Amino acid sequence: MTSENRLDPHSEITLRVNGKPQTLLVDHRRVLLDLLREDLGLTGSKKGCDHGQCGACTVLVDGRRVNGCLLLAVTLDGSEVTTIEGLGGDGEEPHPLQRAFLERDAFQCGYCTPGQICSAVGMIAEAAAGHPSHVTDPAEPSGRPVPLDRTEIRERLSGNLCRCGAYPRIVEAVEDVIG
Amino acid sequence: MKGFGYVRPTGVQEAVEAYAAHPGARYLAGGTNLVDLMKLGVETPGVLIDVGRLPLDAVEELPDGALRVGATVRNSDLAAHPLVRDRYPVLSQALLAGASGQLRNAATTGGNLLQRTRCPYFQDLDKPCNKREPGSGCGARDGVHRDHAVLGHSPHCIATHPSDMAVALAALDARVELYGAEGGRSIPVADFHRLPGMRPERDTEIRPGELITGVLLPAVRAGVPSAYRKARDRASYAFALASVAVVLRVADGIVDQVGLAFGGLAHRPWRAHHAESALLGAAATPEAFEGAVALELERAEPLRDNAYKVPLARNLALDVLNRLAPAPATA
Repeated sequence: MTSENRLDPHSEITLRVNGKPQTLLVDHRRVLLDLLREDLGLTGSKKGCDHGQCGACTVLVDGRRVNGCLLLAVTLDGSEVTTIEGLGGDGEEPHPLQRAFLERDAFQCGYCTPGQICSAVGMIAEAAAGHPSHVTDPAEPSGRPVPLDRTEIRERLSGNLCRCGAYPRIVEAVEDVIG
Repeated sequence: MKGFGYVRPTGVQEAVEAYAAHPGARYLAGGTNLVDLMKLGVETPGVLIDVGRLPLDAVEELPDGALRVGATVRNSDLAAHPLVRDRYPVLSQALLAGASGQLRNAATTGGNLLQRTRCPYFQDLDKPCNKREPGSGCGARDGVHRDHAVLGHSPHCIATHPSDMAVALAALDARVELYGAEGGRSIPVADFHRLPGMRPERDTEIRPGELITGVLLPAVRAGVPSAYRKARDRASYAFALASVAVVLRVADGIVDQVGLAFGGLAHRPWRAHHAESALLGAAATPEAFEGAVALELERAEPLRDNAYKVPLARNLALDVLNRLAPAPATA
């Protein structure tokens, strides 16, 4: 007999999702994406590949963009989660990136869009915090905000696939927001 | 996915004790590889020990100038750290050449070292794989193996190690710090991963229940140039077909420090000891670089469909070596 058989396969966790506390009993197998969609009815976050390869499930956890499909919910007890539904805050106004995607028509089928937008929110914050990317000149001094030109935007959003190929307009929408 | 127990220790000692209480458990940190392998059924742990929140998330400079990177430092934070960017550019560049922004935000230093091969036969329960199921055979050897090893492979396994970070760490002479039931120890990153031989199921020299607590980067003399270059099937977000990490210091035209490692070519980051020996103390010329790299790569044993990797790796290495070497002084 192994002692592991005695461990409960469920745990109670509390998350703040889009500002609201949520206490749930979760099966340890539950990933954040399924918790959002199935348990909380927040179906904006999408399941594409379910293996961390497409980015459709991208959400913000404690302000950082992550793949919701690869995060076990039980590991997130106490975390703050923001999904596409919560980006605009309490008001009726959409987030500037949501508005820019609409104005630029930066999608065709729209399935990847929530992930694209959450990813863009996270990556704009990363660049502002001085995080370099693969295409940043290594000679750039560290610790300063990195300006986002088209090459930077494309590289930094490479974790979000768009099978319709709306990339040019996605880049334009992001450019509109960063000014 | 099979159900499992979950424990979250608050310290390293408690984590190691949790393993002793649940042999066969898996340590979980960022989960970007382990959770995926659990979804695929390749990993079926009965218990997960969550070490992702252990207080191992600091990058600290030691009195002797070495840099200790905690095991749970996220890949994105390590790549952006000013001391890493300024002193170990090869490490920052390698991290940024791997995965996506989302994955780097979750993936940890320790987990990056322990990630498993992306060989499609390893990830598919319906295929034979000696790494996943010892004795079942290797489907890749006579199958689809364009991405597989050209150096150090065995009849039992031709998988490559997928990490970019580990290739830079090998070239930098970094050490992995481990803690287990018998206490702490450290081993060079270049010796941490194994060649497959007869036991491809063992990726590394880690012992059951041992936990990576950090990585130690040796002090660098100011301004030692280093760089990483990677070739892949698309411009971003793909594993290496071949990659190279180079640390090169030249004084008065003579190589006085060199670290050279290849990624994407072998079951472990391939530290190019033969090339390094040939270069150390030699004149830093394009001809010397060419000879040294050839000396290393003549050991390659390409498979039916991956011979392209040998000239690719050669060209990557020569490009970076020539770029890092100072232009010869004009007479």
